[in-house]
Amino acid sequence: MAEFDAPEKILAAAERAKQEGYHEMDAFTPFPMEELTDALGIRHSKLSLFVLCCGLFGMLFGFFFQYWVSVIDYPLNIGGRPLNSWPQWIPVTFELTILFSAFGAVIGMIFRNGLPRPVHPVFNVDRFELATKDKFFLCIESVDPKFDKDKTRKFLESLNPDYISVVEHVHTKDPYHQDDE
Amino acid sequence: MMVTLAITSGLLLVFVLSIGAVLLFGPGVWGNNNPVGWAFEITNFVWWVGIGHAGTLISAILLLLHQHWRNAINRFAEAMTLFAVMCAGLFPALHTGRQWLDYWLIPYPNTMGMWVNFRSPLIWDVFAVTTYLTVSFMFWFVGLIPDLAAMRDKSTKHWQKVIYGILAMGWRGSAHHWHRYEMSYLLLAGLATPLVVSVHSVVSFDFAVSLLPGWHATIFPPYFVAGAIYSGFAMVITLMIPARKWYKLESFITDRHLDYMAKIMLATGLIVFYGYLCELFFAYYSGSLYEHFMMKNRILGPYWWSYWLLIFCNGLTPQLLWFKKVRTNIVLLFIISLVVNVGMWLERFVIVVTSLHRDFLPSSWDMFHPTIWDWGLYLGTIGFFVWLIYMFVRVMPMISIFEIKHLLPWRGRIIDTSADAN
Repeated sequence: MAEFDAPEKILAAAERAKQEGYHEMDAFTPFPMEELTDALGIRHSKLSLFVLCCGLFGMLFGFFFQYWVSVIDYPLNIGGRPLNSWPQWIPVTFELTILFSAFGAVIGMIFRNGLPRPVHPVFNVDRFELATKDKFFLCIESVDPKFDKDKTRKFLESLNPDYISVVEHVHTKDPYHQDDE
Repeated sequence: MMVTLAITSGLLLVFVLSIGAVLLFGPGVWGNNNPVGWAFEITNFVWWVGIGHAGTLISAILLLLHQHWRNAINRFAEAMTLFAVMCAGLFPALHTGRQWLDYWLIPYPNTMGMWVNFRSPLIWDVFAVTTYLTVSFMFWFVGLIPDLAAMRDKSTKHWQKVIYGILAMGWRGSAHHWHRYEMSYLLLAGLATPLVVSVHSVVSFDFAVSLLPGWHATIFPPYFVAGAIYSGFAMVITLMIPARKWYKLESFITDRHLDYMAKIMLATGLIVFYGYLCELFFAYYSGSLYEHFMMKNRILGPYWWSYWLLIFCNGLTPQLLWFKKVRTNIVLLFIISLVVNVGMWLERFVIVVTSLHRDFLPSSWDMFHPTIWDWGLYLGTIGFFVWLIYMFVRVMPMISIFEIKHLLPWRGRIIDTSADAN
């Protein structure tokens, strides 16, 4: 894992690593960098599709729940007005659509990211605390087919980082850490 | 600062006492009577919900519009939304009279085989406000995750590290995570945007769906939404000016931010004023005897002072914001924002009380006089609100850390290099 002190440095480093043929790598930055998404070859997330499904489910559930309550289970005859007074159900249907979508967006993001995850190998590196402050880390994982302890180190050194550290215990592929297929 | 803290603590005590009085003696301690069944409660409810709206507007709509100036104020405004909605929810909950049975509002299969009436605007309110509170909370929390991680890494005491660590859920700023995070945050913003409009529209349905003159008006949803944003921005300014002075945040929350907020306040204030003119016109043009009387009663009746004060606070005062000298004068801006807060409260008071106290039958007319408990609960929620803000500023980053980092000069360098490459 190599440490850099500026965003454009890690961007250049990630692009170099990609040219070199590394795939299983990750970058840790204090703020989102859209440019890294391409440099690291991160595939587009399916989160929005998931949120859409949640929203549609919330909408159908909300509407038919009200239909079932007002027409089937507990019909109230108010001056002979129709039981299926659907325009009156729009507000609740709408709110539930939003509510379910929002839950989808948050829970989907947290679980696809494999959080909550209190213990992770990168936390073993002392200087990693700076990743939320102002340093930028590029990590090449040992599961990468091109990974070789010495060669990878040499490659990282060629990128002129500020520090290079070895992340312990990254021998097996992290079960949580999977890209969207 | 110590003075305000003392006042806040005093008001917090008033808050506890006022709630205690309602729980012990029932809503009879309030000045509500037969025609005026809802008075301060719904006025305060609508006022607080409205105040909450600026937070979501700043966070969500300005995010979608790529307005980077929002970053200095969004975290604070989101917290304000949460606390304001909490205060708002209290009023209808206490107004039910049997507060321990409030859970009957939730549609669940109870032993009596009875369901809530989904055709009632009051149940729409339950859904709208709880959804709003939940989504605002999630939006705020998602925004906080990377900052909580930063707090975890910065804190020196072990217990602080543990607490922030648990809350941050092991966030480590991985590029894979950021990618999904950004998408999730944008989606939430996109979802919160229609929610802002819908919540206050639903709140206005409480009035508009009824047949009472003064309430039964099609202009209510847009007019309420504009009013909500108006009062919300006024509250953001009211809280922001002292906060930035005490915590020396002038370089983050610049005069330009206040200027922009003042402009939004002016724009929404004009919409609200237009709403008042529409009400006058509707009453005149409808040709309805009751509408005519309602408007006359509002302007010249026993509550004439509230109407004219409202026009002064909401209609005339914000016109000062046309001048740049006024918008950049911190003291003047602070005073205007306070006046607007009062004005928006008066607006709801005028709508609720002057419409209710003289309806169709003169024999049922009566006056509403607020009691000490009405005022106590109202001022108490203000104390509760400010106290929550204090607590929040103490333990959480009140300005979004990672979004500000995003705006720092190095970000500019990236944009420059990519521009050269193209």
